[in-house]
Amino acid sequence: MTSVVLSAFLLALREIRRNLMRSFLTVLGIVIGVAAVVTMVTLGNGATRAVSEQISSLGSNLLMVRPGQRLGPGRDSAGAPAFRKADAELLRSQIGGLKEVVPVAGSAVTVVAGNNNWSTTVSGTSNGYLPAGNWQIASGRAFLDDEERAGKAVCIIGATVRRELFGTRNPLGDEIRVKSFACQVVGLLVAKGQGAMGMDQDDTLLMPLATVQRRLTGNQDVSSLMISLHDGADTPAIMARIRSLLRERRKLADNEADNFNVMDTKQIAETLSGTIRTMTGLLGAVAAVSLLVGGIGIMNIMLVSVTERTREIGIRLAIGALEHEVLLQFLIEAVVLSASGGLIGIVLALLACIGLSAVLSMSFLFDPSINLLAFAFSAAIGVIFGYMPAQRAARLDPIEALRHE
Amino acid sequence: MSAADDVPLIRLAGITKTYGEGEVAYQALCGIDLEVNAGEFVAIMGPSGSGKSTAMNILGCLDTPSSGEYLFRGIHVERLGRNQRALLRRHSLGFVFQGFNLLARTSAQENVELPLLYRGEVAPERHAAARRALARVGLNGWETHTPAELSGGQQQRVAIARAIVTQPDVLLADEPTGNLDSKRSHEIMKLLVELNRDQGITILMVTHEPDMADYARRIITFVDGAVASDERRNGKNGASR
Ligand SMILES: Nc1ncnc2c1ncn2[C@@H]1O[C@H](COP(=O)(O)OP(=O)(O)O)[C@@H](O)[C@H]1O
Ligand SMILES: [Mg+2]
Repeated sequence: MTSVVLSAFLLALREIRRNLMRSFLTVLGIVIGVAAVVTMVTLGNGATRAVSEQISSLGSNLLMVRPGQRLGPGRDSAGAPAFRKADAELLRSQIGGLKEVVPVAGSAVTVVAGNNNWSTTVSGTSNGYLPAGNWQIASGRAFLDDEERAGKAVCIIGATVRRELFGTRNPLGDEIRVKSFACQVVGLLVAKGQGAMGMDQDDTLLMPLATVQRRLTGNQDVSSLMISLHDGADTPAIMARIRSLLRERRKLADNEADNFNVMDTKQIAETLSGTIRTMTGLLGAVAAVSLLVGGIGIMNIMLVSVTERTREIGIRLAIGALEHEVLLQFLIEAVVLSASGGLIGIVLALLACIGLSAVLSMSFLFDPSINLLAFAFSAAIGVIFGYMPAQRAARLDPIEALRHE
Repeated sequence: MSAADDVPLIRLAGITKTYGEGEVAYQALCGIDLEVNAGEFVAIMGPSGSGKSTAMNILGCLDTPSSGEYLFRGIHVERLGRNQRALLRRHSLGFVFQGFNLLARTSAQENVELPLLYRGEVAPERHAAARRALARVGLNGWETHTPAELSGGQQQRVAIARAIVTQPDVLLADEPTGNLDSKRSHEIMKLLVELNRDQGITILMVTHEPDMADYARRIITFVDGAVASDERRNGKNGASR
């Protein structure tokens, strides 16, 4: 039996080599299907991982409150009154279960150090921003109380800002020019890496809120409130209370819509990863159709092969081959064909993942199990779609088959 | 003689074969009774269409009779299933076809190894046995050649090597010299005589050339699907019995 299997395997390779072009065209459907599945799942896994890392880097439970209606394309906060620092204090004092309420005033600026300049976003905030946003200080220190109170020109910089302005040099104690004033670097944040959808989280610069309000924006506005919750807090209930408190404070009538929005960042990230999963699934379904077509291609070519080789089958049967031995031979041939298609598909998928992850600036996650699964699946296609032609070969009448020209 | 030897190697009793059904039914064999003992060299002659090939296919367990009994060493072949008949062919019979029926694009060596492959013999034994069989038919040095690279006579000798590589009890040859010129035909016949005499292989051979039938010790003549004559005589070149 083993010698029959081995020789069938060698024969299959020989037949494929003899009909190289035909074999390649036959397995094209499987090549494309496998390549698509593996690429989709690999990139999908990479994206899902990026999102889940984003979720964990956000910290446990974080709410963002912004002026304006719900976040989304075409929505802006124009017309909606901004928040003030007092709003943060009010929420902290009126609602229990909040860990931190951190006001943030953002501003896009160009910062300069020596000959280097860099466009980034300054966030004016308090030390509470660090635990709320799950940031760690790599070196240096957080803001001092009097720096926060007096709005001193000090800053804590993210890894990207440090790299762009200082290279590998130690930035602590150096000065950065922000618009018209010089600002001393007192701290450096631990790098977080890329966030969801390629956003660079380390491209950030923190200053005390008062500093930003006085020297950059020139007003008392706060662009968002970051609220971190204790673990196990009842997020929906707290969100509802925040909402009703803010509606009251902003004097909205019952028939007026909110002119602010409260969002649960974790929920957004979860929605995002759900979306990625759905898309991966959809594209996987498309790939499955392509695999089905590929399987039918295999069946077709195996039927052609059985017809072409009727005489050979007749000889084998006449010599004493049993039905299942002939069946096995053609089954092996179909499997070798489809599995080699699967192999080519996997190689193509890996090349595509390397290329696409560079283009989409997204890391991909090599998962051996999906590659193995795709390979096994392609081999299974050979079995499923090769069975009928193989059975046809095995059931040939030896005399009829020998007479076949 | 022992009791087992009393049973003839092959015994046909009332074998008929009808092709087709109803209006188009055609009876190719109408009641063949025949006994062949181990070690015989039998030539089957007769006009074209007289049922010689049909009988050979039944004798070779490739086909089943419509009625009658076929006993091979006392075993009722007509009652065997498809795979059991395949096993009988594999272990006891060698078949040489008129049209050679070698695998194309496959070396002589591999062609001859094929029956051993299905017997499950391991590669070194297969190689050695195939080389021996090819040497036996005078083809040493031609092992790697494919049928396309061999002459008709050489191809037929490869086919014979393939039929005898398993050391069968019976060699069935349906017009083995049909495609060959006279010189090659005589070479093939001498080879069959040697196999019969030296290895005791029972040979049943269809031919319509009296020259070739002369090598056999027994000549059975078919006419219209029935045995018309069955005569024994002294074969040329010392075929046994
Ligand atoms: N598969 C078949 N179907 C129908 N008729 C057949 C078939 N095989 C043989 N015959 C007929 O049976 C008769 C005997 O054929 P065959 O045994 O091949 O004769 P021979 O070998 O003596 O020339 C012929 O008339 C032939 O036409
Ligand atoms: Mg004939």
